[in-house]
Amino acid sequence: MGESHVAAAAWRRELHGVYVIAKKNAMLYYFRPPVLIHGMLLPVFFFLVFVVARQATAETAIPGILAMTLCFTASAVGPMVTPWERRNKTYERLISSPISQFSIILGDVVAGACFGLILVAGGVALGLGLTEVRLARPAMLAGGLVLSAVCFGSLGVLLSAPPTNNPSQIMMLGNLVRMPLIFISGVLMPLSEMPGWSRALAPFSPLSYCADLVRAAFGAEPYFPLWIDAVALAAFTSLFLLVARSFHRWARAKAL
Amino acid sequence: MSQENAIEARELVRRYGDVLAVDRVSFEVPRGEVFGFLGPNGAGKTTTVRMLTGVIAPTGGGAVVDGHDVVAEPVASRQRLGIVPEQANVYVDLTVWQNLMLMAELYGVGRARRRERGGELLELFGLADRRGRKARSLSKGLRQRLMICMAMVSDPSVLFLDEPTTGLDVASARLIRDLIASENRERGTTVFLTTHNIQEADDVCARIAIINGGRIAAIDTPEALRDSVEASRSVEVTFAGGGSDAPDFSQIETVEEVKRLARGVRLHTRRPGRVAQDVACIARDSGVLIETLVTREPSLEDVFVHITGAESPKEGGSDG
Repeated sequence: MGESHVAAAAWRRELHGVYVIAKKNAMLYYFRPPVLIHGMLLPVFFFLVFVVARQATAETAIPGILAMTLCFTASAVGPMVTPWERRNKTYERLISSPISQFSIILGDVVAGACFGLILVAGGVALGLGLTEVRLARPAMLAGGLVLSAVCFGSLGVLLSAPPTNNPSQIMMLGNLVRMPLIFISGVLMPLSEMPGWSRALAPFSPLSYCADLVRAAFGAEPYFPLWIDAVALAAFTSLFLLVARSFHRWARAKAL
Repeated sequence: MSQENAIEARELVRRYGDVLAVDRVSFEVPRGEVFGFLGPNGAGKTTTVRMLTGVIAPTGGGAVVDGHDVVAEPVASRQRLGIVPEQANVYVDLTVWQNLMLMAELYGVGRARRRERGGELLELFGLADRRGRKARSLSKGLRQRLMICMAMVSDPSVLFLDEPTTGLDVASARLIRDLIASENRERGTTVFLTTHNIQEADDVCARIAIINGGRIAAIDTPEALRDSVEASRSVEVTFAGGGSDAPDFSQIETVEEVKRLARGVRLHTRRPGRVAQDVACIARDSGVLIETLVTREPSLEDVFVHITGAESPKEGGSDG
């Protein structure tokens, strides 16, 4: 067998490994209470508080709630997986299976992204069905949500890197990171209407680009050029994945 | 690496900060052998297994498993391994069957083969009637059986079992030992068995390495290891009239030590057969009636105590 065939076979094995890990995570972690609470209830709660307080219009509210829900849901699964596996003594078996650590990480990312996309798809259907809001660019919405889901899934996996076997510690860390993003990312109101300090911080949050893309898909004027939104989300994803890979490699043998 | 060897460890070293957990460990395990890795708690057994299975990287040295370098080709080296880590667990929220199929899928076993082999293993390990039950409902012994099934479902060429029977009831431990032996006999699977159960190692393993303080103290067959502790051979004799009737056996040339027992004596010697004959002659000449006369070979436990007791454990690994 030639070298190219060997390399192709190795790639196929790794891709299959990503699929199996994602499937395992979906079976085991989608319905855990911490995932449901941190992924679904918190964003809904925050948004309702905001909508009632500000009496926001559906045009402002729906893209915001979609972006925020995607951020919370897609990044809710990743932080659960590794600490939970460590606690239940299944982690060592997993990392001694014949797939690379990076494929295990990617499997966690895919599981998180799919979880977010499934729930947000429901949110889109509800928003379009129950309000007057109309979707201007469906393909842009789909593409933006997929890009954003992978980005937030990667953020979740990065958060799970500290070598602990206590999922609640990681969930707290997750909220510590995600909560501030809500206030600087144009979720609660369009970026153009936010105060100056907030607009200065917005480019440092991946949620800003997600919210911008979703608003544009619903017909609003984007704050950033759309290609910047896409490139920034891809760049954040790469950054999160690279740092997560380094941290997970460092923490691999710890907390076994 | 020789194609004849399933595992070759070369000067493996693992440090945790200033602590030297494994110190230049080298050994070879030929294909098809059941190899025992015996040592007290903290000797470096689990650290060695983790290096061989790619869970942690060696600080120094290297190893080749199933023809692949564990550092340079970590994924390929794990492709044909079956692993039961120490203190591992199954996914308690999945059923027995889902656990088994998940592991088979991770190892890339095709659908038809994994169903066929999975069914065979559940029958073999007495889990077939629990196939649809959540693993949470299984006892510790049954979970351990399931973990071994999960390690075997991909038809591995090398099985790493880290303390597979620790804490199990006698029946489960015996079943697991029997199945390991039959897997080796019928499929030629190489088995690397880590244990601190000396009897288990003696029963199952063709060769045994004893590790102590992170270093290999001895590697040989159980018989050769026993032979290496010659002073532990002995003759035990009891008398119908009790120990007070015992004649003086210290005059026998090859007796090295005489210990009084309640109803007789124990004579330590390198030549127990010859001493037994002399004991019988002396007893007859003295008019003393022998009740029992037994020659004793050193046990593997004697070897273990001799080796691990002779070397004072240095600051070693934190694990087994």
